[in-house]
Amino acid sequence: MTKKSKNICSVIAALVLVVLLICSYEFTSSSSMLRSVLQLGAIYALAAASMNLLNGVTGLFSLGQAGFMAVGAYTFAIFTIPVEKKAGVYYLYGVADGLSDIALPAFFGLLIAGLMAALLAAIIGAPVLRLKSDYFAIATLGFAEIVRILVASSPFNRITNGSLGLKAIPSFSNLFGVIPAYFVPFIVVAVCISLMVLLIKSSYGRAFKAIREDEIAAEAMGINLAKHKRMSFIISSFFAGISGALLAQFLGAVQSTTFPLSMTYNILLIVVIGGMGSITGSILSAFLVTAAKEWWLRFLDVEQFIGDFQVPFLRTGFRMVVFSVILMVVVLFWRRGIMGNKEFSWDSVYHFFTKKKKKAALLAEDAEGGAVNE
Amino acid sequence: MDFTTFLSYCLAGISIGGIYALIAIGYTMVYGILRLINFAHGDIFMMAAYFMIFAMVDFMIPWYLSIAVVVLSTVVLGVVIEKVAYKPLRSAPRMSIMISAIGVSYFLQNVATYLFSALPKSYPSIPLLNKKIVLGDVSTSLVTFITPIITVLAVILLMMLIKHTKVGMAMRAVSKDFETAQLMGIKINNIISVTFIIGCSLAAVGSILYFTPRPSVFPLAGSLPGLKCFIAAVFGGIGSIPGAVVGGFIIGLSETFIKAAGYSEFSDVFTFVLLVAVLMFRPTGLFGEKIAEKV
Amino acid sequence: MSKESVLRACDLTMQFGGVVAVNNLNMEVNRGEIVGLIGPNGAGKTTVFNMITGVYAPTNGEIYLNGKLIVENYPHGRMKDIYNGQNAGKYSKVLAPTPDRITKMGVARTFQNIRLFKELSVFENVLIAKHMNIKSNLLSATLMLNHKEEKQMREETMELLRILGLEKNKDDIATSLPYGKQRHLEIARALATKPQLLLLDEPAAGMNPQESDDLMHFIGRIRSDFNLSILMIEHHMQVVMGVCERIYVLDYGTLIAEGSPTQVQNNPKVIEAYLGVD
Repeated sequence: MTKKSKNICSVIAALVLVVLLICSYEFTSSSSMLRSVLQLGAIYALAAASMNLLNGVTGLFSLGQAGFMAVGAYTFAIFTIPVEKKAGVYYLYGVADGLSDIALPAFFGLLIAGLMAALLAAIIGAPVLRLKSDYFAIATLGFAEIVRILVASSPFNRITNGSLGLKAIPSFSNLFGVIPAYFVPFIVVAVCISLMVLLIKSSYGRAFKAIREDEIAAEAMGINLAKHKRMSFIISSFFAGISGALLAQFLGAVQSTTFPLSMTYNILLIVVIGGMGSITGSILSAFLVTAAKEWWLRFLDVEQFIGDFQVPFLRTGFRMVVFSVILMVVVLFWRRGIMGNKEFSWDSVYHFFTKKKKKAALLAEDAEGGAVNE
Repeated sequence: MDFTTFLSYCLAGISIGGIYALIAIGYTMVYGILRLINFAHGDIFMMAAYFMIFAMVDFMIPWYLSIAVVVLSTVVLGVVIEKVAYKPLRSAPRMSIMISAIGVSYFLQNVATYLFSALPKSYPSIPLLNKKIVLGDVSTSLVTFITPIITVLAVILLMMLIKHTKVGMAMRAVSKDFETAQLMGIKINNIISVTFIIGCSLAAVGSILYFTPRPSVFPLAGSLPGLKCFIAAVFGGIGSIPGAVVGGFIIGLSETFIKAAGYSEFSDVFTFVLLVAVLMFRPTGLFGEKIAEKV
Repeated sequence: MSKESVLRACDLTMQFGGVVAVNNLNMEVNRGEIVGLIGPNGAGKTTVFNMITGVYAPTNGEIYLNGKLIVENYPHGRMKDIYNGQNAGKYSKVLAPTPDRITKMGVARTFQNIRLFKELSVFENVLIAKHMNIKSNLLSATLMLNHKEEKQMREETMELLRILGLEKNKDDIATSLPYGKQRHLEIARALATKPQLLLLDEPAAGMNPQESDDLMHFIGRIRSDFNLSILMIEHHMQVVMGVCERIYVLDYGTLIAEGSPTQVQNNPKVIEAYLGVD
């Protein structure tokens, strides 16, 4: 395929996606399942992509995703809850002095959320990144738990509102007065993920991949391991923070229990199903998993009758059992996930559709060659 | 704090530390042999508690038989998990097998939620273990008192098994070098099964001792203790059994005293900070061996 | 040819616990030379490479690159008690730069058991080695503001692949290459860092006579094409004798002989180390 035709394909595909997205807005009501599943899917896509940058691309197995998302979500909430609503939110403990008059616009809130998460990553990165694979996973998991316990602890009552959590977080709002609020998360996520993809394609991204493939060889090629690992960790945390902030906007309220360990596992599941190291895989699987979990598999949680016959197993909780079985099946039998560690490319689509033809042609050629040889 | 309160805190700390030690042994042994953090171990511990409820409440089995039933079924669960979720990934990258362990943990939690609902279930009380005893000025329940004793006995037995039996020797060989041990004719799969049997039976005993003085069980009850025990194992040097025991006692004691000092909110934070600090300064823990990567 | 030293090691010693892997090694590589480092298995040859490239900090001794001190260490801590080599007290500093810094100073290496970036393409494998001299920062690289630099990196990589005959394989995954080509690729990747000194760790391992013959010519060719000095570990005596101008022989960490191939071949100590005494 030529570069030109690839570009045309890309533009068409992007247009189709945008049109589909607009359709999902035009033809649904504001309370429709499709809308919230798509929005949530987009937010998880960002969270998964940021995790993938660290786990899949750089090969650093981190389990701290929920912690960084919590930092982002809380930071966003603290800085954006409208001034007039603060008294109501902090009714029990009161609000910290410096914060009572602050209510930033959502854009700055997102930026600060990302920066806070990145700052935390920068602080803990230097010591934690020295650890080898499993120990790194455990240390990051430990940090996520520390964050979760600290935000709910009493010394921060006047900032994080203790175990009550924060409410009245402003939801998405119209952009420039033209673009409806519904599209805002998609735009933010698209921008963030594009940045990540560009990063991975750049020379720095190649250095990250080199570290994943072989640390010792990467170092022997002049790549400063400590510096690049720290970069990857900070960038991943930055975007995790933004995804946490988007989640806070989506939910409208956050508590420390919003970001349990199982949230990290959930995102890890998305990354694994999509394929470690493939951002496109993460995006695809984020939408699939979210739709399956929140929507398509909902029926598993409800008791159902066919005539007088009660369908067995169906009751609250069965959905998650099925879900975890799917995870195990993917991990055990389909380890490379949807995309492996490849990114989407028109060439691969082209090959996918022409492979059969080519194979047939090759077979025919072989047969002919064989005949000649005989 | 007077001396009596100090003593009772010590006893409580040693007791919970003993339980942590029992579970930490499971982590450390599996890591020693498979180089795998068995994230599901904490949930196996939680399932053992539900087995106890089943045995004593639903089937009305007397408590002494129930203990045997619980140990047996926990062992079966552990071995099945190993065969289904870890064995197929023996040659896979370590990340995959770790993800599989996380998957099992997730699965067990969801299954427990489905079968037993997310609401706490009351744990059956074993009258003998809950009996109050008085030691000097300190009064405590029997279970608190016997936990450290059981732990120490179990560890001595285990050490003897590892030092003096053929299976123990095979286990040491496998943990030193997986492939060479295999070439020397050691049946790897049997040794791994034995490891899981030991780890899970200790987890079952730990579970009974842990939940007896506590009122109830819920599906996520194993997650935090599991993490702490893993930290205990890392603290002592993962792969080392005495290390896990010492780590368990240190974590149990420090946690109890932090709670006693009125910082119960931060006892878990302290545990994690301890973990990170240990990893910083002695990545291989107190008794761990340093393994240099060959270039 | 004037004798200008590129690499010089003095009293280089490495102890692992009680094992002395390398003992008081003094060696030198001059500009434009191809020097062999041979010895029976376990003689400490790769350890020497690891000390030169900063993977290990030596227990004692120092290493100079172009007359500049790059690695220095003295026996400290626990080592102090057991170390009793010559000049134990002579060195005073600890200077143990990380491997990436050594590479930037102009020392590149290959590995005994090939360490390619396995799942990346041949082109990417070499391109990554160009990363170390990148001038643009993270942001400008992400926003593709450095297309000039990027283009130059790609062109240089292409050029290198062309010279080394890997052009046709440029989009193949590294591990899909035949073994001999993987070795070539590893050398290409090392050359992409523009080294003055190339360390080759058993480049002919696992090659058949024809391939190792090609390799000999290849090594001679890259030396003149890239103005290299080469230090190589090799077991194929044919390759060593054919291409090296000087040879150092290590046995149990100690230097037992040095000199031209013929000198070394006839040295009784070398024969003893390889064949044993009757």
